[in-house]
Formats: sequence, structure tokens, C-alpha cells
Amino acid sequence: MASETIDIRYVAKLAALALTNDEVETFGRQLNDLLEHVNALSRLDIQSVAATAQVVESRNVMREDTPRPCLDRDRVLAQAPQRQGAFFRVPRIIAE
Amino acid sequence: MQRAYVEKSAAQIAADVQSGRVSAAEIVEETLAHVDLVEPALGSYLTVLADAARAAAVRVDERVRGGEQLPLAGVPLAVKDNMCLDGTRTTCGSKILEHWIAPYTATAVARMLDAGAIAIGKANCDEFAMGSSCENSALGVTRNPYDTTRVPGGSSGGSAAAVAAYEAAVGLGSDTGGSIREPGAFCNLVAFKPTYGRISRYGLIAFASSLDQIGPLTRTVEDAALAYDAMAGYDPMDATSIDRPVEAAASALRDDLRGLRVGLVREFETKALGPELDRIYRQAYADLERLGAELVEVSLPTAEYGVATYYLIAPAECSSNLARFDGVRYGLRVEGDDVRTMYDKTRAAGFGPEVKRRILIGTYALSSGYYDAYYVRAQKARTLIARDFANAFERCDVIACPAASCPAFEFGAKSDPYSMYLMDYYTIPMSLAGLPALSVPCGWTTPAGGSLPMPIGLQLCTPLFGEPLLLGAAHAYERATNHAAARTPVLDGVHA
Repeated sequence: MASETIDIRYVAKLAALALTNDEVETFGRQLNDLLEHVNALSRLDIQSVAATAQVVESRNVMREDTPRPCLDRDRVLAQAPQRQGAFFRVPRIIAE
Repeated sequence: MQRAYVEKSAAQIAADVQSGRVSAAEIVEETLAHVDLVEPALGSYLTVLADAARAAAVRVDERVRGGEQLPLAGVPLAVKDNMCLDGTRTTCGSKILEHWIAPYTATAVARMLDAGAIAIGKANCDEFAMGSSCENSALGVTRNPYDTTRVPGGSSGGSAAAVAAYEAAVGLGSDTGGSIREPGAFCNLVAFKPTYGRISRYGLIAFASSLDQIGPLTRTVEDAALAYDAMAGYDPMDATSIDRPVEAAASALRDDLRGLRVGLVREFETKALGPELDRIYRQAYADLERLGAELVEVSLPTAEYGVATYYLIAPAECSSNLARFDGVRYGLRVEGDDVRTMYDKTRAAGFGPEVKRRILIGTYALSSGYYDAYYVRAQKARTLIARDFANAFERCDVIACPAASCPAFEFGAKSDPYSMYLMDYYTIPMSLAGLPALSVPCGWTTPAGGSLPMPIGLQLCTPLFGEPLLLGAAHAYERATNHAAARTPVLDGVHA
């Protein structure tokens, strides 16, 4: 099992989280501490064990692809931090 | 103030509303007056729905007069604030959703309301249900009604405190690794997590989707059965809800345990919990035997890896689920020069430390190069844990063990994250295996340094879909021991 320490700034970037320097230090310490605990799993013999994603019977659920009532657009957009007409408004994504 | 009804069980309230002895409107007025009195000391609710509750009571009274049979007629309900209720603020205890108004109602909540229950308020919880004390709520402090210097447990701590302090007869909680059972044990309640998928998760704001399960917190086993019967069953809006008939639990309550084999887990030796808890649990097991059960020893050799397994799987799922909180469609937005900066700043400002920790560990466990070493390994450990239970249930019908390793602790006592994670040591294995489990009051102990006796919970667990047997066994134990009734909450200046 991996035993290196977490590059917390890299992981924060993947997670889209801006961290303060204090948080980098504190979370870095706490998460490395947690990893030491979870490394106990390396003691288990899992060579021939299948992974479990879902414990109870699961299957694909299909339905007819037909229109049906959904949430009211205006009510949903009313919760948006910023809207423009029928759209969510965000900062520019594509450079000029 | 006369408290004619707030201390009564949901079953008693519903029977009296149904028979016309009292109206739902009277129940709601009495409950709201009581909530006003105790809330300043307890803080169970983040939002009290006084006007909506009064309006709902009028409708319930009309339905009863119209001849409808409502199993939960007029029953005051506390809804954990991670479940949507149309038109009400739904925060998850987080700044990122502090002002969000749900545009629809969760299926579980809708089914409770349809059965006649009345939502009194939205109950506090650890932020996004991540915690075991309610201290991770960004929006308020909730105190234990049996000792206000102590936590109510978590994450469903607000629902637990509300029901313990008679601010509701039924509380809805969600349990991912113990978030119903642990606060229930800390607050002298019956706290029930059904089989994964038995109750729809539609409208429950997701934390770890393969583990999250809604269930009731109540003051009696019968009430837990009534709430379960109202909520359980397939919902087309939740593709993981189970499409198979539900066997009613309220009609399966029993008074003895004759013919049942109760498994005691070799690895959960209670001596390690100190002489007081050891004595309480030994007595509980002896009481099960006295009720006719045959005690057998079973082994869960992988259960000790439960916490490690859980703290990879649950954060991995959390990091994925909470990606939706990005300042675009709902909730908080902190502006930035570009969209990427807006995401980063919004999430930094909106999430508290425990949520950030879990997003980070989950992101790490899923990241390239570590996925197999952490996430997949944890999923394989999950298989072994579920297999342990399957083997144990070859030898027994019900497993009995502690619900938590200690009674409710003081605020700030678990400041190290891992020590808080260990609070779910006894509840996580059942969650990983998807099994139905509950905590039922089994005794009282005065913690070291404390001055008031605090409740202790006995955890019972059955195979998948064993809810009628589970609640039936808990009912027999409750009826024979009635530990919950030994003490009442400390409601200073309120409790006569």
C-alpha cells in the first residue's frame, strides 16, 4: 500500500478547494495521520476478493423516454447565485 | 404550561387525533409552545416551521374528519436539515446552503406527511452529515437534553435532541456510518437504520450514496415501526431503492425472544469499555437470554477494519457528491476573476473543516496512482466485512453489541478528527454491509467528571430485510427492561 505523504496542494487543486497556508499545514498533518490508520488495510489478504460497490441487489433501471413533469424552471433558477433569463450566469469560460 | 401530549408517543398521539379526542391543531400548538420554551437551551432546530405546521394541522384535521385513516395523524415531526421539504430552507448545516430553499420534498418526508405527521422544524446536524457530535454544524450548537454540557451525538444530533426533549415525537435522521444510531444512543432513543435501499434517498442531499440511509429516531420501538411502515418501499425517483414488497413491522412486534438465536460478537468484548459499560452490556445480554433467546458466540474478524474501510469509501463518495456545490446553480457563490477561481473560493468559504478534510481524503483516494491502493482495496475490505456478517448469520438470527464505546461526551472532547471517527467503531460495519440495525436504550451511567447519568444504547442487527424481526426483538427487550423510562431530560425551568 502507498506510504508516501499527501501532496495536499495538488489534491486541493483537484478538489477545487482554495486552502490557506494554515489549512495546508493542518490538513496535511491530519490526512497523513489518517492514512497511517487506513494503511492497516494492507494487512488484509484481498488477492482473490471482488470489490463491493453496492451491497444490496442492484440492476439497471429503465423507463420510457417520454416527457414528464419536472421542477419549475423559474423556481429552480430563483435559487441561482446569478441568472440571466433562462440561464445560469457564470464568469467567462472561453477566452476572448 | 400543561404538557398533555408532547410527552406521549407517536402511536398515542395518532390514536387520539384519529378518534377525535384531540385535534392535530391542538397538538401543534402545544408542541410549538414547548419548542419555544426549550429551544434557547437546546438548539435542536435550525428552522422552526410554525406557520406551515399550523396550516398542515388544519389539513390533517380535515382529512381525519373526512374519514381517512392516518397512522401518524397529528404526530410532530423533526426533519434533519439534509432532507428537502418544498418551500423550506434546507441547509445541511452548511454555510454553502445557508439560504437555499428546497424546491421539492424528499420522498421519505412526503410519505411521513402523507401518513399525517406534521413537520415542526428542520433539525440541526453535522455539516453534510459528517460528524458524530453535531459540533460540525456551521449554523448552530445543539445540546444533549440529558446534560446540556454534553453533545447530542451526530450527525443527526438535532433530530435526536428534539425527540428526546419532546419537541417532536418522531425525528428523521440519516445514517451513513452511525449517524442515526449514535445520537439515538446518546439521547435515550430508539434509533433505527433500515436496510440500505429500503427507504428512498430521493431528496436526501447525498453524502456517501452507497451508504446513506434514512431512518427514524423515536422514544419507543412501536413508534419506530410506525414510521418505518410509513416510509419504506420502492420509489421510482431513487433507482437504488429496493423494489420488493415491504413486510409491515408494526404488526410484527413481539413480547419475547423464544426461538431466536442472538449472536454476541467475539471481537466486540465489552471489558475494553470499562467496568460500568461492561456490566451494563452483560446485563443486557442476560436480559435477552431471560426473554427466551439462545445466546451464541459469533465472529466478525474483519470488523476491526471497518473504520479504515469507511474512511476511504465514504470520503471518496463525498468528494464526488459534493462536487456539485460550485457556486453555479444554487447556494453560496464567491466571485472570482474566472470560473476556476470562483469554484475554488466558493468552496473554500462555503465548506467547514471536516467537510474539507473528507473531500481532500476522498479526492486523494480516487486520484490517479492511488485509486487501486486505497479505494479499490477498501471496496474489497467491504466485501470481507459483509461476508463476515453472512457467516455470522448462519449461526444466529440477531446480533447484539454496543451502539457506541462511551456515553455522550463533553463539547470539544474529541478535537482530534480520528478520535471522532472512532465513535462509529460499532456502527460502521453494519453500514458497510447494508444491514438493518438499531440502538435501543439499555442502561445509564454517570461518566467520569460528569454529574448526571447518561443513557447507553444496545445495538441489534439482523440480515438484510430483517426489519420486522429486528423491531420485534427490540420491542420485546424494551418491554421487559424499559430503561428509557428511568430518567427524564433536564429541561430546566420547564420540566415540573
